[in-house]
Amino acid sequence: MKIEILFPEICNLYGELFNMELIRKSCSGAEFIETNLNDEPLFASEEPDLIYMGTMSEKAQEMVIEKLSQYKKRITELISSGAHFLITGNALEVFGRKIADKDGTVVKGLDIFPFTTERDMMNRFNSLYLGEFISDADTGHTMKIAGFKSQFTHSYWNDEASPAPLFHTLRGPGLNPDIKEEGIRVNNFMATYVIGPLLILNPPFARYILAECGAPECDVVFSDAAMDAYSARIAEYSDESTGFYY
Amino acid sequence: MHKLRFLAALAAAKLSIIALKITRHNGTNFPGVLALRICPDFIKHIGKPKKIIAVSGTNGKTTTCNMILDALAMDGKEVVNNRMGSNINSGIATSLIQNATITGRCRLDMGVFEVDERSALRIFPYLRPDYMLITNLSRDSIMRNGHPEYIQGILTKYIPRKTKLILNADDLICSGVSPENERVYFGIEKMPGDKNVCDNLIQDFQICPECRHKLEYEYVRYSHIGRAYCPHCGFRAPDYDYAGCGVDLDAMTIQVREDGHHGETATYRLLNDSVYNIYNVVSAVALFRELGYSREKIQEFFAKMNIVGTRYDIREVKDKKIHMMLAKDKNAFAGSRVFEYIAQTPGIKEIIIMNSCQDDAVHWSENICWLYDCDFEFLNNDSIKNIVVCGPRVKDYRYRLLLAGVPDEKISYTDKEIDSPDQLKYLENDNIFVLYGTDSITLGYKVAERIERSIK
Repeated sequence: MKIEILFPEICNLYGELFNMELIRKSCSGAEFIETNLNDEPLFASEEPDLIYMGTMSEKAQEMVIEKLSQYKKRITELISSGAHFLITGNALEVFGRKIADKDGTVVKGLDIFPFTTERDMMNRFNSLYLGEFISDADTGHTMKIAGFKSQFTHSYWNDEASPAPLFHTLRGPGLNPDIKEEGIRVNNFMATYVIGPLLILNPPFARYILAECGAPECDVVFSDAAMDAYSARIAEYSDESTGFYY
Repeated sequence: MHKLRFLAALAAAKLSIIALKITRHNGTNFPGVLALRICPDFIKHIGKPKKIIAVSGTNGKTTTCNMILDALAMDGKEVVNNRMGSNINSGIATSLIQNATITGRCRLDMGVFEVDERSALRIFPYLRPDYMLITNLSRDSIMRNGHPEYIQGILTKYIPRKTKLILNADDLICSGVSPENERVYFGIEKMPGDKNVCDNLIQDFQICPECRHKLEYEYVRYSHIGRAYCPHCGFRAPDYDYAGCGVDLDAMTIQVREDGHHGETATYRLLNDSVYNIYNVVSAVALFRELGYSREKIQEFFAKMNIVGTRYDIREVKDKKIHMMLAKDKNAFAGSRVFEYIAQTPGIKEIIIMNSCQDDAVHWSENICWLYDCDFEFLNNDSIKNIVVCGPRVKDYRYRLLLAGVPDEKISYTDKEIDSPDQLKYLENDNIFVLYGTDSITLGYKVAERIERSIK
């Protein structure tokens, strides 16, 4: 299993790189390629089993968009052909049409998906998240997803039909507080605002990713402890007396 | 109209101080909250001291501010300060009200204010510091502060242009604040134990601001704190005006060389052997020199000073030591410093980690992603024999410790913090560390008292 981590030197906020550390510890045979801003991405010449990118600062978003713009056609091809992407936190916004700040600044995105991100740096949005992920469309098998949102932004689909969400929200906001659809799922492109780190907090979803990316024999490291924390969190977030907003 | 509203706010706030004294509720920010509710730009109108010093930064601002206030008190100076209140606008308003005449004139000539970084936008439009010391900028509560680049942006936007800055040159986020302002830099030259490559999870300034290539370090202490340079384009961290050097942990002293004063050097007493507290001393020396104090006078200050007990305290009971340490909840950067300090402390150790955020447990559920920014890996150490985790996030702590390589048999659990002493092994010559958060200081001391009773 070959995994490309995009720009870990700037896309590393909120413990997000532990999504990959979990895979490293769970799957000793996994090979990790860390692509820096001044490198040519691995995905430009081959198809890694998983391409990961995590949360970053607003300045870093601009650098990442500038860098990935050179590879927009290739990224679109990879998404169409079913390559696996896991994109967490505000890395999702890079793939939209634009990021519009309340102060009037507009940053053009890769424009791969038709959504606009609205940013207000004076108001940080914090919430818990509880949702469901359909892991098998044929059987309708679902798993619960728990996590956090902590961001200056919300994203809004433009007029065109929106792609399928990654998660269906049970409690908390979707891509914005007006909708229950959270994230983007197109073929094997998976993007979500939910942080945690996502795979750490959700061992069933981590197992799904491991299996999808070619390592079905690998289980999440310290599986019992991970499931113990996961079960407690799902119960806590499902309890209506648990406040959801900071 | 503005003046009338201000006077009404001042009168109401003054009356509230009397009421609070009668009801023995001193030390709250209520007067400032009330004044700001009646008159939102109250800080603009109330009299300010002639000379104002502000202290900010992610970590160390309270300790450094306390040092400065203690030194000024030794010098016989009475200064307006927010030591007993909060570091947001209401706390600063309260301290100004307490020291104002009935007409709003400030009774004192000098003010020293600890300023929360995020509150700069509500404070600096109305209060213009002559000097501002920024200890460092690093990750803090994700919910409030987002990331340090965001905080750097807020400070740069709101610090008044004429304020002279005293900045940490070993922190490129801090040293980049308000580039137009006059400034001096402090830092610490290479010390024993420094590294060339950062091994911390948090590394917030990895690429060159000029060419985006990876930065390297002449020496790095933790995260992005060190002397950075770019091997690709030649970019370098700023030179020191006040260079800490010759750290002697046996004698507990440091020299500070003043490159702006012909390289003259003086030796000062250290108050604590942790690197972050050494930085606090160097920063305070730089400030006092900028204020015009002689080196001899500053040496006198430090000779008599101590760090306030709620931050770090040690009790010796029979053959054991109980170390009380503040490990700010939801602050991975501060937590990592505490874990590293514990790992480096000689002797065998047990740790009680009780810094789950108590307030969050009441209102919602703590966002624990900071656990994965925090270097729990330091606790995977042979000298640490037992780690007691407790409180509402006990299962999250257990999983984090396992991922850090700590064997499960070294991890003990209890739901209630107050029961945590029951899980200790009380080993011979034990060093027992009690780590509490900002909202569990009192609970931390109760736990320490239970430990003391168990040892006796």
